Amino acid sequence: MHLGVSESMRECEYSQISTRSSTPMETPYKKRTPKKRKWESFPGRNKFYCDGRIMMAKQTGVFYLTLVLILVTCGLFFTFDCPFLAQTLTPVIPVIGGVLFMFVLGTLLRTSFSDPGVLPRATPDEAADLERQIDVANGSTGYRPPPRTKEVVINGQTVKLKYCFTCKIFRPPRASHCSLCDNCVERFDHHCPWVGNCVGRRNYRFFYMFILSLSFLTIFIFAFVITHIILRSHQTGFLNALKDSPASVLEVVVCFFSVWSIVGLSGFHTYLISSNQTTNEDIKGSWSSKRGKDNYNPYSYGNIFTNCCAALCGPLPPSLIDRRGFIQSDTPQLAPPTNGITMYGATQSQQSHMVSESETESVTKTSAFRAPNSFYRPPPLLSSSSKAPSPSS
Amino acid sequence: MAETHSLQDMRQQAAIAAKVFIQRDYTNGTICQFQTKFPSELETRIDKQQFEETVRTLNNLYAEAEKLGSQSYIEGCLACLTAYTVFLCMETHYEKVLKKIAKYIQEQNDKIYAPRGLLLTDPIERGLRVAVEFDRQITVQSF
Repeated sequence: MHLGVSESMRECEYSQISTRSSTPMETPYKKRTPKKRKWESFPGRNKFYCDGRIMMAKQTGVFYLTLVLILVTCGLFFTFDCPFLAQTLTPVIPVIGGVLFMFVLGTLLRTSFSDPGVLPRATPDEAADLERQIDVANGSTGYRPPPRTKEVVINGQTVKLKYCFTCKIFRPPRASHCSLCDNCVERFDHHCPWVGNCVGRRNYRFFYMFILSLSFLTIFIFAFVITHIILRSHQTGFLNALKDSPASVLEVVVCFFSVWSIVGLSGFHTYLISSNQTTNEDIKGSWSSKRGKDNYNPYSYGNIFTNCCAALCGPLPPSLIDRRGFIQSDTPQLAPPTNGITMYGATQSQQSHMVSESETESVTKTSAFRAPNSFYRPPPLLSSSSKAPSPSS
Repeated sequence: MAETHSLQDMRQQAAIAAKVFIQRDYTNGTICQFQTKFPSELETRIDKQQFEETVRTLNNLYAEAEKLGSQSYIEGCLACLTAYTVFLCMETHYEKVLKKIAKYIQEQNDKIYAPRGLLLTDPIERGLRVAVEFDRQITVQSF
């Protein structure tokens, strides 16, 4: 009898708790309430457009500046310089310019509009489970918050995984929390105001393609505008040439000032890609040999070619935040206290399990965290690099 | 009296969906792998071998999705040359493998976990951070 009851209950509950959105049990529920997409209640500080298809940071002013600069400079180039150059030299010049321009625009928009690799925040159950594990592992003395780091050995290097107080997760290696967007981003490189978005795992290759193609475009425009002015001054004299095409002067000025920074940035990122590092890691000197003789980058594949291929042609992971999915009333999430009672016995046995097995993961003590509760936001990226390494216990 | 109290607790427990979280294993770097360590809460519920087999197969599937091979390079180069518009028509390799994984999890749930009152959720629904086992069976009452 006992088995029969539980079996019928199981069947019933299986269809109820199924997390797929097409369960018959849930659709009548949804028809009554207006459908809301998940991006509308996204916890980070991002802006969404086109019903969740486009995702950007909150401050997008500088992105519009970038767009205007590129569009105006290229527009002037195609309108004033290209006709002369096409006639005098070859019509291939505007064609190449056009292709470069389209590529630059495409990669810029792709970088700015895509999800950089945002990690979704922990569900209340996950967060509660993690808190319990940490409390149990540390004896929960209570006054100060439990230290929140985990150590993992990756390819022979010890890497510290930090706990993110905002997202309530242990950050995977190479992930970092962007204080501007208020999200943890996988393989966080940096937050770029020029593209109006974070640069992370999912859009790093587009960002690199953007700065590389922009370097070529800038040099291309600079070279051909100079050529145009020189050719014209052969015909009509230098000052007349400048008077005939005043736009060229503006273009030369813009290109001259951009070329140093953009070419420099491309070179820097080429170095980062070939050594498989992020800007974040390079600035902090995480893998520099100055830190120690045995310090090396555990993520590098060993040779430059593989590193480049991995960064630029590797598989593109999908977005982990389902922006356009519909919000469903979740599975019967019961009040934490009751859940706590059921799990308590489990975590105690887990503790003995954890203590008996000498795993490579261990929660170590650090003295860095100050807040009495978990609503403390971690400090911005750069200042965290000045925190002293923890005294190992 | 103590007995009735514990029986009431158990009836409460019976209605709860307790969850066991299987965390990520980062010892091989940032690729998606889950810990094959057998959680103690499932000791009485499922065979250790079967659990480890499921997690190992999942790990292999995720490794296949993120593998750097000639196929992924060709796909990457083709995508770059077409300015990534090719993905409007076809799925990325990763997405194809994710569909395979979803099918595998569904099949495992139907064959192995549902008969034991457990449910394995697809890690993609939790941001590839955890694989969750829902434990919904009524706890055994000792009369």
